[in-house]
Amino acid sequence: MSETPPVVKCLVWDLDNTLWNGTLVEDGHVEVDDAVRKVIVELDARGVLQAVSSRNDHDEAWARLEELGLAEYFVLPHIGWGPKSESVRRIAEQLNFSLKTIAFIDDLPTERAEVEYHLPEVRCYPAEQADALLGLPEFSPPVVTVDARRRRQMYQAGFERDQEREKYQGADEEFLRSLDLVMRIGKARDEEITRVEELTLRTSQMNATGVHYSDAALRSFLSEENHDVLVVSMTDRFGPHGAVGVMLIEKAARAWRIKLLATSCRVVSFGAGAVLLRWLTDAAARAGVHLVADFRRTERNRMMEVAYRFAGFTTAQCPCLTSFSPPEGTECLHLEPVRQDPPTTMRVITPEPHVAGPEAEWL
Amino acid sequence: MTDSTTDLTVADIEQRVGEFLEAKTRMTWEPEVDLFASGAVSSLFAMELVVFVESTFGVAVEGTDLAMDNFRTVRTMSSLVTRLRTGGDGGA
Repeated sequence: MSETPPVVKCLVWDLDNTLWNGTLVEDGHVEVDDAVRKVIVELDARGVLQAVSSRNDHDEAWARLEELGLAEYFVLPHIGWGPKSESVRRIAEQLNFSLKTIAFIDDLPTERAEVEYHLPEVRCYPAEQADALLGLPEFSPPVVTVDARRRRQMYQAGFERDQEREKYQGADEEFLRSLDLVMRIGKARDEEITRVEELTLRTSQMNATGVHYSDAALRSFLSEENHDVLVVSMTDRFGPHGAVGVMLIEKAARAWRIKLLATSCRVVSFGAGAVLLRWLTDAAARAGVHLVADFRRTERNRMMEVAYRFAGFTTAQCPCLTSFSPPEGTECLHLEPVRQDPPTTMRVITPEPHVAGPEAEWL
Repeated sequence: MTDSTTDLTVADIEQRVGEFLEAKTRMTWEPEVDLFASGAVSSLFAMELVVFVESTFGVAVEGTDLAMDNFRTVRTMSSLVTRLRTGGDGGA
């Protein structure tokens, strides 16, 4: 059996004679076929990002895309005179996507050959295939999640945010405060599990246990009385970050055990992981239970070890540990929690800890 | 600053730590000021501090030394470095 090719996460469009009919510089006026427009709108709805690599004057080409009402659909337009393989490579880097998940469409065989030569993993399509893309399996993600539908806005907001952070002269913490960050922690519902599973797959670096829980495994915990699956999402004045973290907690009489804590690398620099741990520490202190955290050292998760240690977790023995049976090779870190102040850089909205009360701000 | 890292003084260590912090936070830090008082320290920043200390001063910070209190101020970091450097192979 042949392996299914990975779903395309970003399609890079050529403009002249591909996205639109004709050549902007020569013809002055170019139009877009309805069929192509439909492809752009539908790929966007499916959560496939779209970028541009075109040999044109940037301002002129971008102005035309705006007139056509299409500019908003694109992230990272690379409109200039350099080699296309270079713009495709930079687009992949800026999105932090593997080249295997990038596709490129262009009418000129020479351009496709140049990209194929330098970036053999990138899938290239001729322009005449544009209206057939929607029918191809690689452009049809099996599940379109809530976040997928607004993925493009999240990336656009992310680029704006990064630019402002770059320009910001003051202390980084002041910048964070200026973002009006809001973190929402809630019990996962069925629909959110898909986003969460994607997150644990993508966040090996930020996964404290180094254990991946499959969609089915996480779903099975939803109905278990002694487990909580919590989903974390964030927004700020630039827009939503979407689902950025997940926690799987097993509750025993004397302690809560963190079986999974993973945060998206997108929000690492906002301190999301540390805030989550503090919130949980506070919630456990209020509930009068100890906290236990599974930890298995991997090559990539030292950051999580530092996060746990800095939050006060140790390898000390405690009778509460006997309530749990961690998998082979996993350490149980332990903390006797004390009440914590909420963070100064974001508002945290949570359900009342582990009871079915209304949600409230952590104050 | 000296060529040999074996005889770093507390002042040397604190200067290097201070420079690193200033570059990272765009603020200057007096030796006794608590970096974490705001509660806003990201795990990324904590990680950067640990990696900075380990790679700059040639020490390994592990187990119970990996505690926020050891990284709370410029001064506590210099004490940690001095202790790890003299307590280890360097001998004192």
